[in-house]
Amino acid sequence: MSNTDKAGFSRGMRDGIPIALGYFAVAFSLGITARDCGFSPLQGFVASITTYASAGEYIGFTLYAVRSTLIQLIIMTIITNARYVLMGFALNQRLPEGTSMGKRLLTGLTITDEIFGITIAQPGQINPFYPFGAMVTAVPCWAAGTAIGIVMGSILPARLVSALSVALFGMFLAVIVPACRKDKIVALVVIVSFGASYAAIHAPLISGLSSGNRTILLTVLISAAAALLFPVKDIDKDEDSESRPARQSVADDISCEIS
Amino acid sequence: MNSTLYIYIFILTMALATYACRVFAFTVIRHPIENRFFQSFLYYVPYVTLAVMTFPAIIEATNSPIAGAAALVAGIAAAWLGGNLFLVAGTCCMSVFLLELVL
Repeated sequence: MSNTDKAGFSRGMRDGIPIALGYFAVAFSLGITARDCGFSPLQGFVASITTYASAGEYIGFTLYAVRSTLIQLIIMTIITNARYVLMGFALNQRLPEGTSMGKRLLTGLTITDEIFGITIAQPGQINPFYPFGAMVTAVPCWAAGTAIGIVMGSILPARLVSALSVALFGMFLAVIVPACRKDKIVALVVIVSFGASYAAIHAPLISGLSSGNRTILLTVLISAAAALLFPVKDIDKDEDSESRPARQSVADDISCEIS
Repeated sequence: MNSTLYIYIFILTMALATYACRVFAFTVIRHPIENRFFQSFLYYVPYVTLAVMTFPAIIEATNSPIAGAAALVAGIAAAWLGGNLFLVAGTCCMSVFLLELVL
């Protein structure tokens, strides 16, 4: 582990703290569901520390409750977590060229909505040790939250659960809003996403989809439309290059190495 | 089948299927893709995904939708003013807690 890796790891651990707090709160409410579906605290802990995916686990627990087949479980898990595939493509694109296969796969295993969010928000190329650090802080809290939710489900006052439940969305905003400030087109795309997401809940056909599938559908449609209408410009022709980390060209990589 | 064994096989299957989604992209593509549309698409993906997941879910997460809406506004303001993850998340939680005391 080089010094850069160590610095990335500890920065990841630090940035993982608010995620860990939010995870604890959300996992707590997931734990209540898990208990209703017949999970013991230990089983909930094991499920959360191995899977660490909110929507995916929720679906998994409810499928277990109706004793579904493993094939059904696999299909539903893949559908619910299909957004992780997209996130994987985005992360893979930003890893340094020479990154080993093992490190690439491990980077993939760090993907959750929130850890991906803070990782992709890092400028330039991604040091895999950053999401590793975030994971070390956040995932144990996720698992502990699930187990504690199973144990003492309804003890926490409803008012506190209600307040804690928005922590996760606050984290999302902390990733989205600074990008909107830097890049007005991102701001426009975000506003359109908010509107489309609201409309999708009430629209015929789309409203019948699960929330995970609505997320995928809207992500693909809106991102593709934005990419067609506002393609990310070439790095040399744009002075405000800092705000658009995705368009790392080869020339840019070289200049990074020199500096 | 023994029910304890069944639940652990269930948990293992769920984890492996989730891992498959997480690593899929890394196994099929080794080098950055230069295609401009693809790069632009991936540039927008995280913001769109997080935006779609935030709204209107934040309004539905709280006991009172007004508190959720207030959390959204307060969170945007805190993030706009440069607050870090923890501060923004904390601002959202506090505004819900305080508003629901009154509402």
